[in-house]
Order: sequence, then C-alpha cells, then structure tokens
Amino acid sequence: MNTMAKNKRVRRKTIDYIFTVLCFISLLIGVIALSSIIITLFVKGINAVNFRLFFENLPPLGQVGGLKNAILGSLIITGVAIIFSAPIGILIATYLTEFPSKGKFGAVIRFINDILLSAPSIIIGLFVYSVIVTVTGHFSAMAGMVALGLIAVPMIVRTSEDVMKVIPSNLREAAVALGVSRWKVTMFVIYRAAKSGLITGVILALARIAGETAPLLFTVLNNQFPSSDIFKPMANLPVVMFQYALSPYKNSQELAWAAALIITVTILTLNILTRLVFSRKRKIN
Amino acid sequence: MFKKITKSLAVLLLIVVIGIFVSLIIMSWPAIEKFGIGFIWGSSWNPVTENFGALTAILGTIITSFVAIVIAVPLSFCIAVFLTQIAPKKVSAVFSQVIELMAAVPSIIYGMWGLFVFAPIMAQYVQPFLINTFQNVPVLNFIFGGFPMGIGVFTAGVILAMMIIPLISSVIRDVVNTSPAVLKEASYSTGSTRFEYVFKVLLPYCKNGILGAVILGLGRALGETMAVTFVIGNSHGFFKGLFMPGTTISATIANEFTEALGKIYPAALIELGLVLFVITFIVLCISRYLLKKRSDA
Repeated sequence: MNTMAKNKRVRRKTIDYIFTVLCFISLLIGVIALSSIIITLFVKGINAVNFRLFFENLPPLGQVGGLKNAILGSLIITGVAIIFSAPIGILIATYLTEFPSKGKFGAVIRFINDILLSAPSIIIGLFVYSVIVTVTGHFSAMAGMVALGLIAVPMIVRTSEDVMKVIPSNLREAAVALGVSRWKVTMFVIYRAAKSGLITGVILALARIAGETAPLLFTVLNNQFPSSDIFKPMANLPVVMFQYALSPYKNSQELAWAAALIITVTILTLNILTRLVFSRKRKIN
Repeated sequence: MFKKITKSLAVLLLIVVIGIFVSLIIMSWPAIEKFGIGFIWGSSWNPVTENFGALTAILGTIITSFVAIVIAVPLSFCIAVFLTQIAPKKVSAVFSQVIELMAAVPSIIYGMWGLFVFAPIMAQYVQPFLINTFQNVPVLNFIFGGFPMGIGVFTAGVILAMMIIPLISSVIRDVVNTSPAVLKEASYSTGSTRFEYVFKVLLPYCKNGILGAVILGLGRALGETMAVTFVIGNSHGFFKGLFMPGTTISATIANEFTEALGKIYPAALIELGLVLFVITFIVLCISRYLLKKRSDA
C-alpha cells in the first residue's frame, strides 16, 4: 500500500517534470527560429551591404547595382501612407471613445474595423487594384499608399481606442465643466494624456506596413528607374525582395537579402525602441 | 463639427469595407457568370481553356492552415504556460517581448528564410525521417508521402505555424492572466502538481478563450500570402501527400495575378480572393463570438 502510494507520487512528479521541460523547449523553439532568421539575414545580406547599395539604383536582374531608388520609394510610400492613416485612425478611435452613440452604431464600426483588420492583405491589394489601378489604367505609387493606409488604419483605430478608453472620465468631466468645448477637450486633454500610447500605436502600424509585400504586388509593382512621381510605378524594397529573391542570379539574390536585412532591422528597431520607451513610461505612472 | 468629422470618417470606414466586398463581386462577375456556384467545387485550373475551379486552392489553404494549427497550438499553449506559470517575472517579461518580436518580422522574410534555409533542412533531415518512419503504415504513408524536396505543403504549414505562434500564445497569455487567482491557490493547496493544475483546472476554465485564440490564429494562417508563396511550390492539382508541392488561394493570386490575361482569368483570381474574404470573415465571427462569450461569463 505504501509503495503504491509512493509510486503514484513519483509518477505524478515525473509527468509534471516532463511537462515543465516541454514548456521550456517550446519557448526555445520560438527563440531559435527568431535567432535563425536574424542570423541568416546578417550572413546573407551583409555581403551586399556596401557603398554601392545606398548610392546606386536598381540594376536589371542579374547585374550589379544598389537599392537607392527602392529605399527612397519605400520611404515615400510608407511615409505618405502613415501620415494619412494616423490622423484618420485616431479620429475614428476618438469617435468610438469620446462620442459613444446610443444605438449600435459604435459596435458596428468596431466590428467593421475588426473585419478590415483581419482581412488578408492580399485582398486589400485586389481591392485597390480594382478601384484605382483599373480606373487610372496603370500601376502607381499612390495605389500602393492607399493599400498600405487601409492596412494601417484599422490597426491604429484598435490601439488608439484601447489607450483612450482607459483615460479616467473625470479628466473629461473636469474639462467640460470648465466650459471647454468638446474638440478642445479631446485635443488638449485626451490626446495629451494618451500621447505615448497613440504614438506607440502609430509606430507599430508603421513597422507593420513597412514590410507588407502582398498588397504592393498589384498596386505599385516595381520600377527600375528612379521616380518620385506618385502616379507612376515606383521602386520599393518589398517587391524587390520578391522579384529578386526568386530570380536565378546570385547578384540579384544578394540584393534581395540586403533589402530584407534593411527592412527587418528597421522594423525590429522600431519595435524594440517603442517597447522600451513605452514600458518606461508605464513604470513612472 | 468635430464630432461630425470623426463620425464621417467612421462612416467612411464602413463604406470602404462594403466597397471591398462589392468591388470584388463586380470585378469577378465574368467568372461568377460563367462558372456559377460550381466554381467552388470545380477542380480544374486551366488558363489555356479558361476553365477555372477553386477547389484545389481552397483545399490547399485548409490543409496548410490545418498543419499550421496542429503544430502551433500545443507549442503556443506551452509557451504561454511557461511565461505565465513557470518563468520568474523578469525572465517572463523579456521572453514575452522576444516572442512578440517574431510577429513583427514581415511575412516575406519568413518566406525567404523558409525557401533558402528551412527547406534544405527539411529535405535533408525531417522529410526522409518521416517518409521512412511511416512508409509501412497505411494512410499515414500517403499523408507523409512524396519526395523529400524541401518545399511543399508541409513546409508551408510549418512556416505558417511559426508566424501564428506569437499571436496565439499572446492571446492565451492574456486569457490565462485574467483567470482568477483563487483557481490557482485552491488547486495548489489541494496538492495538485503544476501539470494537474494546468490541465484539470486552468484549461477547462479558459476553454473558450483558448479556442478563440486558436481560431484567431487560424484566420491569420488562412490569409497569409508571401511566406506561403515562397515555399509551397505553386502547383494546382489534388492533394498528393504533404511533401508534394501544392497551392493556396493567396499564393495562387500572388503568383498569377500580374500575369493573368484575358477577361475570365483575372476575374477567376479575384473570385478566389472573394472566397478567401468570406472564409476569413466567417472565421473572424467565430473567434469574436468565443472571445466575447468568455468576457461575458
């Protein structure tokens, strides 16, 4: 009897021990995958990182060159997209938190925002292709900006709503009681209180759209030549990665890895920095 | 005035989403007209004869996502348990961020990594091992069949799994963190081990929330494009084993759309997109329902 009870205890403890180890291994798998990706990017991308990379334009497939116009193109496309989508997203979130409607309209908008947020990015690409590219008759950087904007807006709405929702309502009440108009309350009280959260949301959305490729394939396409005309196709890093990585030429593949390295380092840096700044803010409060 | 501006932007959002749906229908109308509802279970995909059916792409999408879920769910759950129950607070804080960084890596990077680094490893070690192990087992030798060439349906599923692990594990972590502390205190005080607490108390309690997390991950996997496009091999046709090339809805669109000529071909691709949009919409509704049911309880 005594040994049976002891056996059972040993068995339970063993199972528990195995489970603990399995949990640790799971985490390890994730960490190894991420480190493998980052190491690969550096090993394969660093070859192509040289003076030429930043000062020469895209070469034809198979030839030597740099990424200057693709880097500029990506900066312009994502930059314009985020400049437009940040205020739009924040204002929609403002509507949801500051002007709660009596009916179901707010809930409908939240649901619609979730639909847009969960829609595969390639669908957004098809949509923008349908309404802009087919109407204007050609691919353009502007179409890509709209596509990226449509991906960024729902993200910004979600994060902004989350930060503005938790601002204590006595801040609003106090300001309104002083006779301040509603838009001033929002501008100078709510936005100020929510500032770090709003900025975090926008930067994370920026980091997300910076690497989006699928929606750019049918909207901006690619352009070997430098162009700053937003109504024409424009070179950009994601599409360069797609086209050059799948090409059989070693030169082109190296450029693709260099593009991948630039994009990923930028995105991870943005992520890490905002997390550091944001978590420090939270500690102070 | 200010309220009106914010409200009109919200209405604009509504119009855009309806616009997506309507424009996809209009653009795919030639295909809808030609193939009718049979498009969904038509199994041929032939640009030359302009005969298109979505079945192989839909099945490919479901199979890759299923593989992803089977791999990602136990791993995500274990990661969430490790971070919330086992690791000390400081360790947990650091590694939570590391796992979330996995979600920040763009999907095309996963695709490139998958094709140039992961696929060769699969071809050399994992696939020969699985083929040899199951070669005499009926059914399984078909599922784990094919040639060890690295790319294919299985590799695509594994890559998808890695992309959805951060999402699923972070939602599970939130669900677990909001479960009452009494549960934990009560079960430990009755002498249960951590394993028993997690599987007999925590798991049943958080059932709906965890299911919601899984469905959310499923939705992400179904629509994922670039990562899959790189490693799946893009071949239409029926499922011939997990190690054979296949295709998914999104990979088909990404690979073929810019080259699609004529009237029916692009329309058929857009109709595929419409099917995908409807599928992800249904999946979203289910996950919202499950996560909401949890917060109501």
